[in-house]
Amino acid sequence: MILHRCVIDCTFFTRKEILRLHGRYHELAPHLVPMDYTNEPDCKIPLALIVNMPELKENPFRNRIVESFSEDGMGNLSFNEFVDMFSVLSEMAPRELKAIYAFKIYDFNVDNYLCKEDLEKTLNKLTKEELTPEEVELVCEKTIEEADLDGDHKLSFADFENMISRAPDFLSTFHIRI
Amino acid sequence: MLLHFQYQTLCKKIIYICMCVCVCVLDEARRRSKNRRAKAQRKTKQVSDDEDEEEDEDEAPRKRGRRKRTKPQDSDQDDEEDKRRVRQKGAKAPRRKAANEERDEESEEDQGKRKKGGRAPSKQEKEDQNKEKKGNVKGKDETNKGSEKDKKKKNGKQTSSSEDESEDESDEESMSEGEIAALKEQVEEKKKLIATLRNKPWRMKRRLVLLKEAQEFVEKFEGALGKGRGKKLYAFKVMMTKKLIKFNRDFENFKTACIPWERKIKEVESHFGSSVASYFIFLRWMYGLNLILFGFMFGLVVLPEVLMGLPYGSIPRKTVPRSEQDTAMDFSVLFDFGGYCKYSILFYGYYNNERNIGVLKFRLPLSYLLTGVGIFGYSLMVVIRTMARNANEGGDGGDEGEFTFSWKMFTSWDYLIGNPETADNKYASITTSFKESIVDEKENQKDENIHLQRFLRILANIMILCCLGGSGYLIYFVVKRSQDFAKMDPASLTWFQKNEVEFVMSLLGLVCPPLFETIAELEDYHPRIALKWQLGRIFALFLGNLYTFLFALFDEVNDKLETEQELKNATEWAIHEYNANYSSYYNTTDVPPLVVNPADAVRGPCWETAVGIEFVKLIVSDMQVTFLTILIGDFARAIIVRFLNYCWCWDLEAGFPSYAEFDISGNVLGLIFNQGMIWMGAFYAPGLVGLNVLRLLTSMYFQCWAVMACNVPHERVFKASRSNNFYMGLLLLVLFLSLLPVVYTIMTLPPSFDCGPFSGQDRMYDVVMETITQDLPAFIGTIFTYATNPGLIMPAVLLMVLAIYYLNTVSKGYQQANLDLKKKMKMARDEEKNRRNNKDSTNQVMKDLEDLLPNKSLIPPPTEEDKSTKMKPGSAGKGVNLQKEVSLAATNPRGPVAHPPRARGGPPGHLRGPLPGPGRGRGRGAPPRT
Repeated sequence: MILHRCVIDCTFFTRKEILRLHGRYHELAPHLVPMDYTNEPDCKIPLALIVNMPELKENPFRNRIVESFSEDGMGNLSFNEFVDMFSVLSEMAPRELKAIYAFKIYDFNVDNYLCKEDLEKTLNKLTKEELTPEEVELVCEKTIEEADLDGDHKLSFADFENMISRAPDFLSTFHIRI
Repeated sequence: MLLHFQYQTLCKKIIYICMCVCVCVLDEARRRSKNRRAKAQRKTKQVSDDEDEEEDEDEAPRKRGRRKRTKPQDSDQDDEEDKRRVRQKGAKAPRRKAANEERDEESEEDQGKRKKGGRAPSKQEKEDQNKEKKGNVKGKDETNKGSEKDKKKKNGKQTSSSEDESEDESDEESMSEGEIAALKEQVEEKKKLIATLRNKPWRMKRRLVLLKEAQEFVEKFEGALGKGRGKKLYAFKVMMTKKLIKFNRDFENFKTACIPWERKIKEVESHFGSSVASYFIFLRWMYGLNLILFGFMFGLVVLPEVLMGLPYGSIPRKTVPRSEQDTAMDFSVLFDFGGYCKYSILFYGYYNNERNIGVLKFRLPLSYLLTGVGIFGYSLMVVIRTMARNANEGGDGGDEGEFTFSWKMFTSWDYLIGNPETADNKYASITTSFKESIVDEKENQKDENIHLQRFLRILANIMILCCLGGSGYLIYFVVKRSQDFAKMDPASLTWFQKNEVEFVMSLLGLVCPPLFETIAELEDYHPRIALKWQLGRIFALFLGNLYTFLFALFDEVNDKLETEQELKNATEWAIHEYNANYSSYYNTTDVPPLVVNPADAVRGPCWETAVGIEFVKLIVSDMQVTFLTILIGDFARAIIVRFLNYCWCWDLEAGFPSYAEFDISGNVLGLIFNQGMIWMGAFYAPGLVGLNVLRLLTSMYFQCWAVMACNVPHERVFKASRSNNFYMGLLLLVLFLSLLPVVYTIMTLPPSFDCGPFSGQDRMYDVVMETITQDLPAFIGTIFTYATNPGLIMPAVLLMVLAIYYLNTVSKGYQQANLDLKKKMKMARDEEKNRRNNKDSTNQVMKDLEDLLPNKSLIPPPTEEDKSTKMKPGSAGKGVNLQKEVSLAATNPRGPVAHPPRARGGPPGHLRGPLPGPGRGRGRGAPPRT
């Protein structure tokens, strides 16, 4: 399978792992996805099916993850994008790459800045909205104050990368085993 | 059309050759400077280089004409190339460059993405150059545009690239060595691209296309240049890395699985915060320590005696006396550790004083003494080592305060979680940790009337000192009175008078801590600091308690010693009488030894066993009290509050009784004092350590259950201090305080004459002296005598004091340096922030100016793009962001879409292609530029 060889070079997976991933992908929507991928059929799986994978099901950011990796931004993933997603979230992916996608995931309104609304959404998802509005306000303000280097009251990617590159747990938490 | 095509080709070739030359020159320079390659090779290169240059100078005439026309731009470009290359080399020495436009494009992008914050100046330069280039491109005549287009074609479309390649092939025939070198580098570059492609944040489609291209390129040219032998090695390396990572992961998992109760503690932590969890971590640590102590005690003392010593009933000290035998198995007696318990391996008295026992000739008395002392030594070492490690951990938190909230926000969720229960725990723990940080933050922000606060704090301390003094006096008074009572006839005393001391102590222990807590409200400390104060105060209270108990015990011991002395004299006298009588009666000097049934033998009070029993009783009663308190104070209360709430006039859960909070200070101190008892009692009751291990084990499960089932989190959840050195400090103090009485008894009190491993000795440590004089070679004895000489000890002590002083000074110096560095780092950061802010503010003017530009209104409306332009207009430091964002930006699904969705992962050329539609990417300022 020529496709797999290419995909191997583009991701952090071995052949076996990619075949397994394909199995998983096929499992998600057996009626949509053919088992035979030799002639690269153009099919996509909608977001609703993907976020139900056990690996993603409990993740508060599951919708954002899938959306960030989908080309149309709506969360429909082709097999390539599907592999790409788990490749970036694998252990082998370098910090820089992970940081870029983490930034995209937390950027809820897709404007390439993490503004206050993004942070609020992130926080509410993280705590299941158990903090009071004042607390949320305080935390968001502190976060921006800490990480915002250029003083525009929102976090650009440079700010984010600067912050995340020093975070001790980022690499160990930002990965999904599949 | 055909003409145009030829024209393009020629231009392309010219540029290509120019760049080849350029690269060769630079390459040569680098090689020379680095002296990497063999000399011979270098020579040939030089020659070829020269040739190249010549070739360049008087190139075939058909190219000449075109060349002249494009010359200015070309040289311009060459300069640029040069500059860039030099710069790139400066930034990343090993990066190889070749004179290929396509690769150049890519590398530019690469760099844009890879550059990090620290390389602002080069970014700036780059941006400038980019602009320049853009300008050039715009200003260039047809020729260059054509060639530019060609480039794009080559980058992107398969069809045209194959075309180009065929051209390259035709070039190949007439390729000089320099060109080959260039090509080699190009191939290398491609290979590198293939290797690093997976690290690029591009869409899969784009990656695949690029990959295919690169692979084709490599396959095509590698045949001419050599083989791709690196591939296998690389694959092997990747495989090994993966294996290694997997192994490390498994090992980590294994290690985590080996830590006992990790999940339990994590669960508690997620609901009650790190401070409550710190108690359980401390408990676990204590359990580990006790397990090791138990190992020593059991392996070196108890087991040898059981296996090799005399069996029960063989000698008086191992037999229950006749008078006690009827009740020896009664539960009430056993529960008080009398009867069979008293004459068992649990206590000091059971051990025999035979110098060596069994086939191994195990020296039990010596082992007993050394183990007893060794337990202290080991504990001391472990506590101090843990403290030092904690101090180290606490010391390096340089970045700690910088990104507390950000890190919590962006890295606290563990993407690995796939289990709903774990996820719930994680949500709870994240919420708790945010609350902890919020409490800290609010504490930081608070600034109140400092004078009032100081006054209140002083007042609170005075009140607490009064309380402590009062309770101390009360204990003293009660103990005095109890000594008076002890001299009176026990029958005439009431129950209260007999148990007055214990009663008063428990009452104080019950009343004082809540009182302290109430007074501490006045002080208004951060809960973490308040906890420390509370701990310190209760510690003082308990200490009084403990030492009163000890003094009472010493009185008892002295009494026993007197009785024992009398008894010993009486026994000796009786034996002497027996001997005299026997010899006079039978008229023989050969007196057979007196044979008495061990149960009937006269025996002394054996104060050591009595002390041991006291400690064991204390531990057991402490255990009972702890468990009962939990059952009644927490569990029963929780049940009442929970179920009576249905039929009560006010809300029990929110109102008065409510659920209990977990009492960290009380529990920690309970644990510490319990450990103190163990240390003190272990010498006289070897079984005590085993008992304590059991106690801690049950305590762990029971308390974990209780805290999860019946307690509620504190109102202000607070973070435990990072190192719980405070607990350790208290533990060390208690260890020292419990060391004192034991060492005192070992060194000064005479051991009982008829029980225990040291019976018959004058002092307990005589065992050691005996061993040194009898069993070890003589010179060791001499050395020992010298070593114990005061003349040697004094200088040694002096030396130690000096060393301590010196190390202390050094550590202070380091601390100071650390602080300074931290300050500097903070200053640098602030400065950077200010600088950027200022820039932004000056740019405000620029922004206004830009707003006033006439053609502003003519720019098509994509608002977000405008916004991003406004935010940082022309701030050069952000230049790279342009490229980053271009490749980063997803097509905004919610933004205006002016064209049908297209492959975002298209070839790189597209990104800066001449046709970026309005809804495309977020390349700021891209529309006006084109």
